[in-house]
Amino acid sequence: MQAITQPATPELRPAQGRKTFSFGGSLGALTGLLLLCVAVSFLSPHFLTTRNLLNILQQISIVSVIAVGMTFVIISGGIDLSVGSIVAFTGLVMAILMKDHQVSVWLTVLIGIVCGSLMGLINGLLISELSVPPFIATLGVMSIARGAAFTISGGAPIFSLPEKFLAISGRLGPIPIPAIVMIALFCLGGYILKYTKLGRYTYAIGGNETASLLSGINVRFHKIVIYTLSGCFCAISAILLTAKLDSAVPVAADGYELDAIAAVVIGGTSMLGGEGKLSGTLIGALIIGVVNNGLNLLLIPQGPQRMVKGVIIILAVVVDLVRKRKRR
Amino acid sequence: MEVVLEMKDIRKEFPGVLALDGAHIEVRAGEVHILAGENGAGKSTLMKILAGAYGKDSGSIVLGGQELDQLTPKRAQDLGVSIIYQELNLVPYLSVAENIFLGREKMSRLVPGKVDWKALRGEAQRILDGLRVDIDARAIVRDLGIAQQQMVEVAKALSVQSRIIIMDEPTAALTTQEIENLFRIIREVQSKGVAIIYISHRLEEFAQIGNRVTVMRDGGTIATLDVQGTPLDELIRLMVGRELSDYYPKIRVAAGQELLKVEGLGRTGVIRDVSFTLREGEILGLSGLMGAGRTEVARAIFGLDPLDQGEIRIRGRKVTIRSPQQAIRAGIGFVTEDRKGQGLVLSLSVGENITLASLGLFTRWSHLDLGKERAAIGEYLHKLKIRASGADQKTLNLSGGNQQKVVLAKWLLSKAKIFLFDEPTRGIDVGAKIEVYTLMNELVQAGAGVLLITSEMPELLGMSDRILVMRRGALAGELVRSEATQEKILSLATLGAA
Repeated sequence: MQAITQPATPELRPAQGRKTFSFGGSLGALTGLLLLCVAVSFLSPHFLTTRNLLNILQQISIVSVIAVGMTFVIISGGIDLSVGSIVAFTGLVMAILMKDHQVSVWLTVLIGIVCGSLMGLINGLLISELSVPPFIATLGVMSIARGAAFTISGGAPIFSLPEKFLAISGRLGPIPIPAIVMIALFCLGGYILKYTKLGRYTYAIGGNETASLLSGINVRFHKIVIYTLSGCFCAISAILLTAKLDSAVPVAADGYELDAIAAVVIGGTSMLGGEGKLSGTLIGALIIGVVNNGLNLLLIPQGPQRMVKGVIIILAVVVDLVRKRKRR
Repeated sequence: MEVVLEMKDIRKEFPGVLALDGAHIEVRAGEVHILAGENGAGKSTLMKILAGAYGKDSGSIVLGGQELDQLTPKRAQDLGVSIIYQELNLVPYLSVAENIFLGREKMSRLVPGKVDWKALRGEAQRILDGLRVDIDARAIVRDLGIAQQQMVEVAKALSVQSRIIIMDEPTAALTTQEIENLFRIIREVQSKGVAIIYISHRLEEFAQIGNRVTVMRDGGTIATLDVQGTPLDELIRLMVGRELSDYYPKIRVAAGQELLKVEGLGRTGVIRDVSFTLREGEILGLSGLMGAGRTEVARAIFGLDPLDQGEIRIRGRKVTIRSPQQAIRAGIGFVTEDRKGQGLVLSLSVGENITLASLGLFTRWSHLDLGKERAAIGEYLHKLKIRASGADQKTLNLSGGNQQKVVLAKWLLSKAKIFLFDEPTRGIDVGAKIEVYTLMNELVQAGAGVLLITSEMPELLGMSDRILVMRRGALAGELVRSEATQEKILSLATLGAA
């Protein structure tokens, strides 16, 4: 009988709030990642080498940067399907500026970031001001941006970009610059989620929009900011992608929205919003990266690779659901 | 009278929590059996075991003369047990008839696989008419009010030939008239020999509808008594396990300066020409039938719905409030009716909910000072005696009373002076209710003003200094504490004159 009466005085544990890089909620995913690494390193002697591991970081950086923005969007209870198309469009805008108009690399990068952010802003305005459901709004913008990419390029790829721009895809010592950019953005995103109003409001809006509104949060404004942020991360991803390929094509980044969503979901963020962590998203992206890398090392073709990826997405969510049910 | 159900020595343990230990209940045919107790006393768990939703660890269940080991929801239903939850279980976009016969549709004899809608509707209408309720079996459930939806649930329970109907706080969302109507129907059902187990926190209902009452506390049964001949304070003492000196611990505070003045508030088709003042130290009751526009007044003051007419003055100064942000800045806090849906973000921690409206206090150069935030949270957890394991506890796992305190803490931290309370004690137990009243007292003692919207007449009379009565979107009258009676309020609310 005593067991059900609660203690009368609150025991004040130190409240850390949200931990930036604690793996508490994504422990399952982290375990999965480690097991995966052990398995692949037994199967292929080439896996556990510094060079290969750095390669993986380089490979996942482009989608991971998108996934940072996607994590914000999904925690806020939304979805952004337009990311891949925004990457393609922004990449082309930058390539055209540099090739056809001889705009300097720095200015191009700046314009690219503004361009991606503006596309995100359009998503935000549609969702906040016109109350279009995020799925529909970003689906529309996805098609518009892809169409615009074809239109401004005439369908042809643009290549042979300035050396200075291509250097973005280079290395700083042994470490690929895109990997550094990715880690920096994860840290920045983690900081925003934990240490700013925007971060806290992202969780609040995703958890309960009405209660957030009634608590005086400017829900519309913050949603616009979140989608604009997602567009901005897409632009950064476009810079990394275009520099890596030394070309911009209208079909670039096709399907990246699904890879980014997969990374977020594997990382334990709820599609219902209100809960999630960037550390999880990083682990999710690494899992996808290690699987792709491992299958490549084992010379397994594209078809089975994709099938394995699908199985992992489903598995990750099922494991998460089972764990949650057990806790109840 | 025939005993239809006997549950004896029921024990149920959840991981880490002993939910039931020594719970008994004996229910007879044709009686309204009240199940009383504070939240967490084990009422719902016991009823869920009866409905087959949970298994028991030990104890015996004799239902209709049969000793049963474990029940499943299907088996319980077959044995004539129906449960009507507080959150009604109807499909909103289907018709009344379809809902009543959901999963048991009558099939056509001519066309295989086709539902015989005509027979279905006729049968549904017959049951509804038998209850003497004016509901069309063809109506879509979504278009019905909560009270009518409840009648549909009752009809559904009758359609499966229930012998025991469990009702979990059926009157929580009903107006006085609707409650009268529900009671009439309960008596109707009762006269057919059906037993009703009635869970409620509203003590004044016990005598109106109940025959016997079983009181539970801390997972066990304390006593089963005849309702007639058991005084209310005796029941409260049994439920709470201690003497409650005063159910409504009203402390009168001398009214100070004018805090809020609204003049000619109007919103087309919703409220019109609402004017009143609220002073420091005052609890102003706002009464009226459901749909009279009480909540709408609060929403308008809080900037949720745009005003067509009227002005709002705070401490004599005219203010424009078009959004909750502006309302909060003007020192207004809104304790909403729907705690879980509107008051709290359940996925956030207790601490994060407390600071949600005041993050600016801890922000510098857009950097949140988590240490400073933690200190403030600790202070309010302590000040309001919020029973949580700490600031990090998920709000979802708190009891109703503690959740309400978290909402209050949020507004105290935001430096609110004007508190709009909309049904603040709905669905919380006696002990927690008294804590909410005590908090209200503390608020007004500290110079705040409270606008109290409530459908619970004793609460309105017990706590208010003055009472405004609304009828059809307008103020019908005002009563001071000393002259207010239930009859006067009701006649103002229904007829517009006292």
